[in-house]
Amino acid sequence: MTNPLPVLTANDFASDQDVRWCPGCGDYSILAQMKKMLPQLGLPRERIVFISGIGCSSRFPYYLNTYGMHSIHGRAPTIATGIKCVRPDLRVFVITGDGDALSIGGNHLIHAIRRNIDLNIVLFNNRIYGLTKGQYSPTSEVGKVTKSTPMGVIDSPMNPLSVAIGCEATFVARSIDVHIKHLGEVLRRAAEHRGTSFVEVYQNCNVFNEGAWNYASDRDTKIETTLELEHGKPLIFGKNRDKGIRLNGTEPEVVPLGNGVTEDDLLFHDEKSNEPTLAYLLSRMRYPEFPEPIGVLRDIQRPTYDSLLNDQIAQARTAKGDGDLEELFHSGDTWVVA
Amino acid sequence: MSAPTTESAPRTQKPVEIIESATVRLAGDSGDGMQLIGSQLTNTSALAGNDVATFPDYPAEIRAPRGTRAGVSGFQVQFASEEIFTPGDQLDALVVMNPAALITNIGDLKRGGVLVVNSDAFEEKDLRTADLKSNPLDDPTIVGQFRVVRVAMTELTRKSVEPTGISVKLADRCKNFFAMGLVFWLYGRELDSTVRFIRSKFGGKPEIAQANEMALRAGWNYGETTEAFISQFQVDSAKLIPGTYTTLMGNQALAWGLLAASRRSGKELFLGSYPITPASDILHELSRFKNFGVRTFQAEDEIAAIGSAIGAAFGGAMATTTSSGPGIALKGEAIGLAVMLELPLIVVNVQRGGPSTGLPTKTEQADLFQAVFGRNGECPMPVIACRSPADCFDAAVESWRIAAEFMTPVMLLSDGYVANGAEPWRIPKIDDLPQIPITHPTEPNEGDRFLPYLRDAKLARPWALPGTPGLQHRIGGLEKQDRTGAVSYDPENHQRMIEIRARKIANIANHIPLQEVQGPSKGPLLVLSWGGTYGACATAVARCRRAGRDVAHAHLRYLNPFPRNLEEILKAYDRILIPEINAGQLRFMIRGTYLVDAVGFSKMTGKPFTIGEVTDAIQGQLA
Ligand code: SF4
Repeated sequence: MTNPLPVLTANDFASDQDVRWCPGCGDYSILAQMKKMLPQLGLPRERIVFISGIGCSSRFPYYLNTYGMHSIHGRAPTIATGIKCVRPDLRVFVITGDGDALSIGGNHLIHAIRRNIDLNIVLFNNRIYGLTKGQYSPTSEVGKVTKSTPMGVIDSPMNPLSVAIGCEATFVARSIDVHIKHLGEVLRRAAEHRGTSFVEVYQNCNVFNEGAWNYASDRDTKIETTLELEHGKPLIFGKNRDKGIRLNGTEPEVVPLGNGVTEDDLLFHDEKSNEPTLAYLLSRMRYPEFPEPIGVLRDIQRPTYDSLLNDQIAQARTAKGDGDLEELFHSGDTWVVA
Repeated sequence: MSAPTTESAPRTQKPVEIIESATVRLAGDSGDGMQLIGSQLTNTSALAGNDVATFPDYPAEIRAPRGTRAGVSGFQVQFASEEIFTPGDQLDALVVMNPAALITNIGDLKRGGVLVVNSDAFEEKDLRTADLKSNPLDDPTIVGQFRVVRVAMTELTRKSVEPTGISVKLADRCKNFFAMGLVFWLYGRELDSTVRFIRSKFGGKPEIAQANEMALRAGWNYGETTEAFISQFQVDSAKLIPGTYTTLMGNQALAWGLLAASRRSGKELFLGSYPITPASDILHELSRFKNFGVRTFQAEDEIAAIGSAIGAAFGGAMATTTSSGPGIALKGEAIGLAVMLELPLIVVNVQRGGPSTGLPTKTEQADLFQAVFGRNGECPMPVIACRSPADCFDAAVESWRIAAEFMTPVMLLSDGYVANGAEPWRIPKIDDLPQIPITHPTEPNEGDRFLPYLRDAKLARPWALPGTPGLQHRIGGLEKQDRTGAVSYDPENHQRMIEIRARKIANIANHIPLQEVQGPSKGPLLVLSWGGTYGACATAVARCRRAGRDVAHAHLRYLNPFPRNLEEILKAYDRILIPEINAGQLRFMIRGTYLVDAVGFSKMTGKPFTIGEVTDAIQGQLA
């Protein structure tokens, strides 16, 4: 019991399987950051479980030396829910993609989040179906020409963070595959959150959707196109940190600082706000009208489904004593045949 | 005519006629409380030592307009001084609370049977709501064929509860207890247990409890005083196997069986379920057992229900999911995953009329193909069927034994008829229940490596639990490499794995009891049945044999794999008759598996077989 945990490194979390994503895929970077982050949790490998659905991202569990399951399309949150219900001692990750989580598995995603079961959901958003070789996904932009939309996509894309916030998510964050430091930090905070954490990672599929996130990941443009959130700080961005987000009525607007506009006029980020309004407003800010917020949009506490479930078990045992079959069998009217 | 004041059961002054069994149906509007008085009659008869079997018949619609045919709810019970296996064919007595109940049920009443009607409910407007042009009570074919007893139940009930001062509306709700009192008189039933029931159910509303009790006693007294009944019937206690009994409904027995299996295997029970008729009562029942460590999870849909169960199985719990045919269809892909993962899991299908939404409240056994074949790929899983309400207990325990011993999902088939029926259950001694030993590895199984698909003698793979140091492994739905469980696209390996999975399930035949046969071990005819038709088939065969016919009966519990002596049995008879509540699914499997020219007998009306129907089918084969 008192043995100190051996200090683990990223390498300790590598499995014996060859990684099989396309060369240059953003998934490699996410895997690398995950391996670097896991030792920081101070948990032995056997206490960590990765569950995935189907898609390129869902190969993830094979590459980690933890317990894991590569399940069926869209259903990872349900399997993770079952594990967490019976094994609250485990740290459970769900690895999913935009098609897996938002299309075929949409129903499970929203219900896992509203229950606030203690899962860490990481959604790799590459705005395309990669494994099936290039059909549009629920996050593909209108007009996009893909194999299944030769004349362009005609359905509006879904906004993953808005969906999560709409389901009362207690932890919502966004990061980018190539922002390795930022990504590592966001993954760590998500893993340490109690309740469902939901992280969207902009992931480049260089084979079927090359450059989909260039505006946000490019070294030269990212400072103008993204806004790094910091709790308690005003929403400021730009190369010279000379632009901010101000609320005009109920709508955000980009304003240059100076000329009478001071930091105090800007929106201040409050990830702990119990009201999801601000987080939702942030999730709606899209390039090119706005810089896209990255970092933690929301981080609040609410009882988790698994702890409430196990509390009820404990309460019932305290109130009625541990169940007794003999007593149950005789609990109705009985009669004796001699 | 005052209500008896003592607690002790009243005794009749009229002559008593002893009969062996009685089949009674109570029918009324779904708001009339027929199910409630039906279950009271069942309980009281069981407590009197009768063997009992019940058949509740729910209306298809939640709240059809009052008084219409669609809103009729019925409850049938047979109680007997001999062992019985069905709720009876034709009715000895029918109690109807309105014209719709009369017209939809009269066809099942025996010629000369007792028809008790609430004559207050046969006004013009009542007839119109029931779609009747004339009053059936004026119809000479009805009055002439049956012993019609008209009772002004509404009026008499109102009068009887007057002393409590409750409103007319509330008074009218006591009618069912008046009707019950009358039936209780007719069959010499004690009032005590129902009085106790009324007092505990309506404890919070003393005047309602009092009114119901008064109505019950008034009904009894009416029977005693009315000239319509010249004698009371008496059904003596049955000679059941000695022991302590209680009555169980099928879904309840199934839930208790799962619970017992969880206790006997030292595993906490997890149920992932989505509400569906007629399986929901299993979820309700298990959700009461939190102090047994039972975790029930009402999922967002059928797929999530089984997904959560698969997760719980991976985590090391006794995992179960319960549904009915449409839900099982949705679970198909996940069942395939469980087959691939080789994790233990019980999938319960309480079958109902199909296809699609079909007949949710009616029974059928048409999901056998779905259970055995209904998945993509070569995807074998054991299939077990319950034969009667109390049998659901044993079938559930056996399902978990097989799931755990062979590391496989198991399909447990029940049906609406079995699920909602009730019968006496001899309470087992806890120590007599099978023990289900389960072990989890704690050490690597090949040198310093852990191979999750290295098998034991029964071809079961090790159930290593997350949290166990050094045994970290990944499993999934992609084809597995033999032994290592790693992803493999190797063609030879795929064929080998398909064969191993098939062999593992086929080998279960060596670990289940041999098939038993009732009657001669060879001869002109074998009746082969499965699932909920047991009662009708067993009774019909027994009757035919008593009448000197040469016929045997085998009832299957194991539908996949079949018992290993089944072929030998089938080949010992000239003819095989397979009665089923479907279009011939077992027949198709038997013909395909054994090249036996079996004959089918199908019924697909949403209703169970009557003994008479099966008897006629047998006679037809022997003619
Ligand atoms: S198809 Fe796209 S997402 Fe999939 S592995 Fe290749 S680059 Fe990555």
